Amino acid sequence: MTDPAWIEAALVSARPQVVAALLRYFRDLDSAEEAFQEASLRALKHWPVNGPPRDATAWLIMVGRNAALDAVKRRARNAPLPDETLLPDPEEIDLAERLDESGYRDDILRLLFVCCHPDLPSTQQIALALRIVSGLSVKQLARAFLVSEDAMEQRITRAKARIAGAGVPFETPGAAERVERLAAVLAMIYLVFNEGYSAGPGDDARAQLADEAIRLGRLLLRMFSSEPEVMGLLALMLLHHSRSIARFDANGEVILLEDQDRNLWRSAMIQEGLALVDKAIRHRSPGPYQVQAAIGGLHARARTFEETDWNSIERLYEALERMQPSPVVTLNRAVVVSRIRGPQAALDLIDPLEARLSGYFHFHGARGALLLKLGRRKEAHQAFDRAISLANTPAEAAHIRMHIDRLTTDPADADNGE
Amino acid sequence: MLYAVLCYNSEEMVCAWTKEEDDAVMAKLSVVHDKWDKAGKLKPSIRLLPTSAATTLHKTRDLVVDGPYAETKEQLLGFYIVDVSGLEEGLAFARELAAANPGGAYELRPIRLYLPGNAVEAVYSR
Repeated sequence: MTDPAWIEAALVSARPQVVAALLRYFRDLDSAEEAFQEASLRALKHWPVNGPPRDATAWLIMVGRNAALDAVKRRARNAPLPDETLLPDPEEIDLAERLDESGYRDDILRLLFVCCHPDLPSTQQIALALRIVSGLSVKQLARAFLVSEDAMEQRITRAKARIAGAGVPFETPGAAERVERLAAVLAMIYLVFNEGYSAGPGDDARAQLADEAIRLGRLLLRMFSSEPEVMGLLALMLLHHSRSIARFDANGEVILLEDQDRNLWRSAMIQEGLALVDKAIRHRSPGPYQVQAAIGGLHARARTFEETDWNSIERLYEALERMQPSPVVTLNRAVVVSRIRGPQAALDLIDPLEARLSGYFHFHGARGALLLKLGRRKEAHQAFDRAISLANTPAEAAHIRMHIDRLTTDPADADNGE
Repeated sequence: MLYAVLCYNSEEMVCAWTKEEDDAVMAKLSVVHDKWDKAGKLKPSIRLLPTSAATTLHKTRDLVVDGPYAETKEQLLGFYIVDVSGLEEGLAFARELAAANPGGAYELRPIRLYLPGNAVEAVYSR
């Protein structure tokens, strides 16, 4: 119970709540972080001797707050250090100090909301949330985002300075404001997830971000247990992540959904995702995350690619287009349409998107694949060339390269070319 | 004598494990599972999904509420059913589990009724 690994795990899991409460006290991210560090150091020293406290979170909040207040007093009076043995006994922590559920909810929401301050560009939001809420080190973040540690340190410092300038919103939010904050936080968590999900094979530093996002999603759902969009986002992330090991082959090449070995999909994540979709639907308050989760759920339920319920998926994409009109959503619907009504119907749907998606890898990749199915090989080749120049990862580029190679080595090319 | 061994631990902590950490704990536990299974003493073992996936039906008013029934510091994360000679052997099983997976507590509850059921088993893993 008191081995270092257990204490480390307890500190990691308590971190978001403790930092969130300390932020409420100090209204300053640096002070909250420093106080958490100090409390963690004391925990490492005291818990092996005295045993773990009954409520590790409450202990860390108390000790962190007192340590920071002591530091302020010391600086003020230049007084000697207080006796370490005078730390509060874990069992003596005033029960009133334990946070009631609603205050605690708002603390966590405030902490996450501060990290996704609208003044911050998304790269800073993500870095800050992962550093402060998840406790990832600057080194880990630098590796995940492929920048130097100095650059990452700077990115976080700059983000903190902006927030300090803007001021931490410490008032308890009203109902409407809480909804707004929640939406901003969900968007930030989804960004973190997508960073992890878009990692190439073997890029474990970045792939880990998907796990962090899922952890943040679970944390948020524990706080807001009846919010269908929180359920939807968590379900969406779980359903996507369940396929992670099936997405690349041994050589690091992309394996498309239709070719994936479904036995490799992680069933525990799928079951959790499906259960959350069911829970969310009961609230009869649909939203974009729920709809996307429901789409993921239909893929997960199909035992084979052929069994996929394309008609329901198309209806869901239509619903998503109404809620959140976007050419990317239409592109996704077009891919589904090609399964139902063939490549020409799909092409008719995506050609009008060209102007808005001309710089988007997946647009040209999907368009190339449709043209290929229609036997328009020369145009397909052009689309694939365009896609390859826009690929985001080596694996994406390699996948398109495979199509091009097949086009150029297949003798049918000469016959059917225009 | 049939006992249910109910596993309580901080879900926050268990959910914070990386896949590698989770796999390592499961590997250690499976050594214990195998031993008791071979001895013919291990009945079904169940690991539950997080309480965030739970739904509670309050019976008197047919009220459906999101989340687990009890809001506790440590959550029911799973349970074993073991066929043991008595409490001492049940405790021996729980101690072996505890050595493989520290933190939290095991509650040993004697079973009053056990209907194994005959539905086709769906086994979830991974």
